Amino acid sequence: MANTQENLWEGGKSPFKASYGKLMMWYFLLSDAFTFAGFLIAYGALRFSSDIWPTPDFVFSTAPFGIEHAPLIFVTFMTFVLIASSVTMVRAVQEGQQENKNGVVFWLFMTILGGLTFLGSQAWEWTNLIAHEGVTVTTNPFSRHTDAGVYLSGEELLAAGFVEVPVAMHGAEHHGEAVAEHGDEHAAAEAASAVYYLPKGAADIPENRYFVKANHHGEVLAGEAFEPGDNYLITYNHATHLYETSAYKTADGSIKKEAFGPKTFGALFFFITGFHGFHVFSGVLFLLIIAINAMSGLYVERRNGYEMVEKVGLYWHFVDLVWVFVFLVFYLL
Amino acid sequence: MAHLTYEEGKKLAMKGLGILAVVTLAEVFIALIGNGHLIEGFRLARWVMYPAMILLSMYKAYFIIYNFMHLGFEVKSLRLSVLLPTTLLIWAIIAFLQEGYTWGERRHDLNKEKIEMSRQAPPQSEGAVHE
Repeated sequence: MANTQENLWEGGKSPFKASYGKLMMWYFLLSDAFTFAGFLIAYGALRFSSDIWPTPDFVFSTAPFGIEHAPLIFVTFMTFVLIASSVTMVRAVQEGQQENKNGVVFWLFMTILGGLTFLGSQAWEWTNLIAHEGVTVTTNPFSRHTDAGVYLSGEELLAAGFVEVPVAMHGAEHHGEAVAEHGDEHAAAEAASAVYYLPKGAADIPENRYFVKANHHGEVLAGEAFEPGDNYLITYNHATHLYETSAYKTADGSIKKEAFGPKTFGALFFFITGFHGFHVFSGVLFLLIIAINAMSGLYVERRNGYEMVEKVGLYWHFVDLVWVFVFLVFYLL
Repeated sequence: MAHLTYEEGKKLAMKGLGILAVVTLAEVFIALIGNGHLIEGFRLARWVMYPAMILLSMYKAYFIIYNFMHLGFEVKSLRLSVLLPTTLLIWAIIAFLQEGYTWGERRHDLNKEKIEMSRQAPPQSEGAVHE
């Protein structure tokens, strides 16, 4: 591809006017882009094949400091943090071009701060989903209703011929621990949900257990109605360690219980955000190493100056770029 | 930012922060209003929301790659050697969404077969069937 102004292909110089290191960083990022694209496309294919998929703005509606019913707010904050860290990275590269050592180090540390904030936020998100809401790689308590119905109370279940069974606690100390940890509201939850109901003659296995609907604060939600397409979360009771698949009645009078959502949801979410988070983590490590190198005056000595800062910058912008698409695919679509 | 002065470069970085923040807010706004969170009972069709959000994200990607990663200022052949292979992903996306659709159809067929077979088998008492 000869340029009319200058022939870059005559030899003796790089036809791309870029150093080997920078070029190889671009091609590594291209390959990594294909890896992430593969994962996101797998998510697309699996989601497209499922009839039911939990709505992202229902699943991701909590934030630290007890904030609830704030759909997508926390993950938008995380996106801003990463965008800001990309801008601080641009400033670091610019200071490098001006050969301003202190400027480079300052903006690199601001970028590291952004990266660590993002990692901390992602850790909170994971902890909330795993420890509080009970999502695992194989269990997904988030789903959507396919029927219209009304949640049933204990009395209604007994009237329908169900048998009440108290939940076997795992031991007094554990029970005491749970109460101390979670406080009075959760003790109330235990009291309310310390029973489940079995159809007459059915074996006591999880598939046959019908619960009375209660949320994580212990508020009993029997009597609440829902439409097809409404999102629900199977409450995970921390005291009893049970997923409370709650009983409801449909319009034609049959009694059913909440089913778990698509299994692949948890596996896909944790694997893809985990892979991205691993890139953020390694990016923070690289930034730290380059910042220390810059501080020591290494790039003042080098012939290519602060080009290493540029190369790490490319990696960091790539991490931000992947997040743009993970954010789009997992949280918006 | 080899072709820009230091001052112009700093301005572009700050402008970038503003543009990316605004586009992100627009995407989230579309997601929230389309799912009924902002106006009671108001929803947008998915074929309206999805292309809008995808296009906004593509714009963010273009801005980051061309300006922050400097690819817009590089030699054309370098730019093409990075961007052209990514067009293969269009093929991958179409193929795998089609694949996913087929899996769903196949699952429906298998469920129908299962119901047929269970009708022929003696009924079992295990609570209401929920599928």
